[in-house]
Amino acid sequence: MAGAFFRMIDIAKSYAGVQAVQGVNFSVYPGEVIGLVGENGAGKSTLMKIIGGVIEPSSGSLEIDGVQRKSLTVRESMGAGIAFVHQELNLFDNLDVASNVYIGREPLYGGPFRLVDRKKLRADVQPLLERLGVDFTPETMVSDMSIAQRQLLEIAKALSLNSRLVIMDEPTSSLTLIETDRLLNVVAGLKASGVSVIFISHRLNELTKCADRVVVLRDGRVVGELGKGEISHAAMIRLMIGRDLKALYVPPAARPGEAVLSVSDARTTAYPTQTVSLSVRQGEILGLAGLVGAGRTELARALFGIDTLIAGSLILNGKTVEVGSPRQAIAQGIFLVPEDRKRCGLLLDISIAENIALPNMKACASTGLVNEEVVAANAERQKKRLHIRAASVNQEGNSLSGGNQQKVVLAKWLAMNPRVLICDEPTRGVDVGAKSELYEMLRGLADAGVAILMISSDMEEVIGVSDRIAVMHEGMISGFLERAEFSEHNVLRLAVGESIH
Amino acid sequence: MFKKDLGLLLLILVVGTVVAVINPLFLSAINLGNTANLVGLFGIFAIGQAFVIITGGIELSVGSIIALLGVLFVDLIVGHEMAWPLALVLMLALGVLIGLIHGLLITRMHMQPFIVTLCGLLIYRGAARFYTQDGTAGFGFGVSFPQLEWLATGRSLGVPHSFIALIIIACLMWVVLHRSVFGRYLYAVGKNEEAARYSGIRTNRVIIAAYIISAVLTAISAIFFAMYTRSISPSSHGNFYELYAIAAAVLGGCSLRGGEGSIVGVVLGTVLLQVLQNLVNLLGIPSSLNFAVMGSVILIGVLADQQFAEYRKRKSEAAGKIPAS
Repeated sequence: MAGAFFRMIDIAKSYAGVQAVQGVNFSVYPGEVIGLVGENGAGKSTLMKIIGGVIEPSSGSLEIDGVQRKSLTVRESMGAGIAFVHQELNLFDNLDVASNVYIGREPLYGGPFRLVDRKKLRADVQPLLERLGVDFTPETMVSDMSIAQRQLLEIAKALSLNSRLVIMDEPTSSLTLIETDRLLNVVAGLKASGVSVIFISHRLNELTKCADRVVVLRDGRVVGELGKGEISHAAMIRLMIGRDLKALYVPPAARPGEAVLSVSDARTTAYPTQTVSLSVRQGEILGLAGLVGAGRTELARALFGIDTLIAGSLILNGKTVEVGSPRQAIAQGIFLVPEDRKRCGLLLDISIAENIALPNMKACASTGLVNEEVVAANAERQKKRLHIRAASVNQEGNSLSGGNQQKVVLAKWLAMNPRVLICDEPTRGVDVGAKSELYEMLRGLADAGVAILMISSDMEEVIGVSDRIAVMHEGMISGFLERAEFSEHNVLRLAVGESIH
Repeated sequence: MFKKDLGLLLLILVVGTVVAVINPLFLSAINLGNTANLVGLFGIFAIGQAFVIITGGIELSVGSIIALLGVLFVDLIVGHEMAWPLALVLMLALGVLIGLIHGLLITRMHMQPFIVTLCGLLIYRGAARFYTQDGTAGFGFGVSFPQLEWLATGRSLGVPHSFIALIIIACLMWVVLHRSVFGRYLYAVGKNEEAARYSGIRTNRVIIAAYIISAVLTAISAIFFAMYTRSISPSSHGNFYELYAIAAAVLGGCSLRGGEGSIVGVVLGTVLLQVLQNLVNLLGIPSSLNFAVMGSVILIGVLADQQFAEYRKRKSEAAGKIPAS
């Protein structure tokens, strides 16, 4: 085999004191397919951003064709023949295939008029599409294409740049089985023509099929490399886990009671063919684990009435209920702390007090008029109860740290007697100190009789805080774990769709 | 918000003083009365526009609604001899209906407010012209409605009733916007509709309500305008009035992105616009320059306001950094 044309040497990157990756050594040889795996937050994206020139490493160096350098710019990375096929595709819906491939580099004619030579454009794109064996033409509009086709278009774009290394980030996450097989064939074709591929995936099956070797990341380090003969599910999972988990767990004050909210055979728009059944009991924290894109957020949105459930029923305290809108959910005592705090959780440019009062304005008003004193008093009470760190409750949401913003979101609901509290990634972007405060609050609420469903992609959080864990995989619950069965190994096996027994 | 209103008031006083010094007629009882009347007429529908703009929308059909409801009202009481209170109620009901349709098209059918109300502008204007066959609707010689005329065009203690109506409506709407639960919801929807929905606010209803409020206030001013002009030629009556309303709202601190604005600001914005029109007349500036003067003042006013706001922000940020470091 020829020598490596791309090397990362002792690369490290830290964000505000948090080590995202460290001591990473990594080489790419021509014509090989490298699988890259790791849990959510293991450092895969950071590493890929360094290769793409989006971020600069804190230390270490990169070597391309034997030339060493400290970092790359996006332009240099592209110039070196590195192309990305992102999870969120960067295509122009309103243009056709050919225009997308050559966007910004169109062949021109007409001298100073700079008109686009559409004939040449299409003629240039045709051979690229033939090479990939796709079922669309240069004239197809992107808006008419499926996600799988769009992905192939991204790959065609990469080929048009004479790329030597194509990095695919979760390319199969939204593809059907047949489409996935076709994509794997394309990957094999790229390999045969000497192009290298870094294939990031949570679907270990695909890696066993297409990868020449698999690199496993954990906590920002390369913890192992598996050669062609060694790639297996068990080996990959063994390497992915093994982190020391801090003892966060505080047991509930009493044994969990009856089921408060039961979901049966629910179907969401994300996975219309799969059903979810689960129930949350009084006084427990049910962790909902799974990989990003498993359909957990969509389930939460449907339970809160943002999206409608396609099918299935909800039983709240023994009675069947309809939740057609957030307002109905709120009226039943089902509350959601949404994933996207800044967009959905709170209004950033109104005060803490207004935010807290918003869902419960009626209680702060008489005959339709708002009583400012009640609003302020309520907010003060919640500020004290949740230790919201702000000079006053008149401060705007903007000026608060992530942790304090999240406390404001919680405060909205705590003022209103929750029965079921759904928290979607409650501690994302929250510092360590505020995290443990939030955990304490969740436990306190559970002990007060609230049923809590906590969606989390953070393994430490799921294992350290939950009383019970439900794991989702591609729109279905792949298993429940009781406290005694909690282990990173078990959660991860269920998350990638295997059974644990 | 209060600071902004104060700035606008200051601008009105400065402009007023300059005009009064150059031409003392400005402060004459007749001139002040006439200006107050116009402020009343234009202010009522400007407040309605502000409600829509605070949701992040826009209402372009104001002028056409004024023409259509004006000819209908006059024709009903003169041509069909309907009792005027009944005709009045009918016009208000029509206002509710128009607002409801706009609101439903925008929220349920997900159409853009600009397009919905632009089509409204064209449709209502056409309907008004068709209804009178492009003729003028008016009160014939000797036809009179003493009570209605006193209510709409009379004066008490020298104050035109249209101005008094504006003050009453402004007070009412001030309570609705700045003190009621609905007002809070309106601002929340304008600032971030998504987050408002996650807080359990029925955002669609709030938006529909804003369009209904706007159309009803427009219907009220349509009656005042009909009684004030006494004859309505449907092809020109109320032309460009939506732009006066938008201009007043923007001068008064409304952001076209939504979520901002105050009643006091909109009323002051209307006052400034009318003072400017008055100024053109009193200072002997060719009346053809009317729009140009108005446009320039709005442009400079909004520009200055934004620059000043940015300057204040930079200053407070700089001040905030010193104790932190």
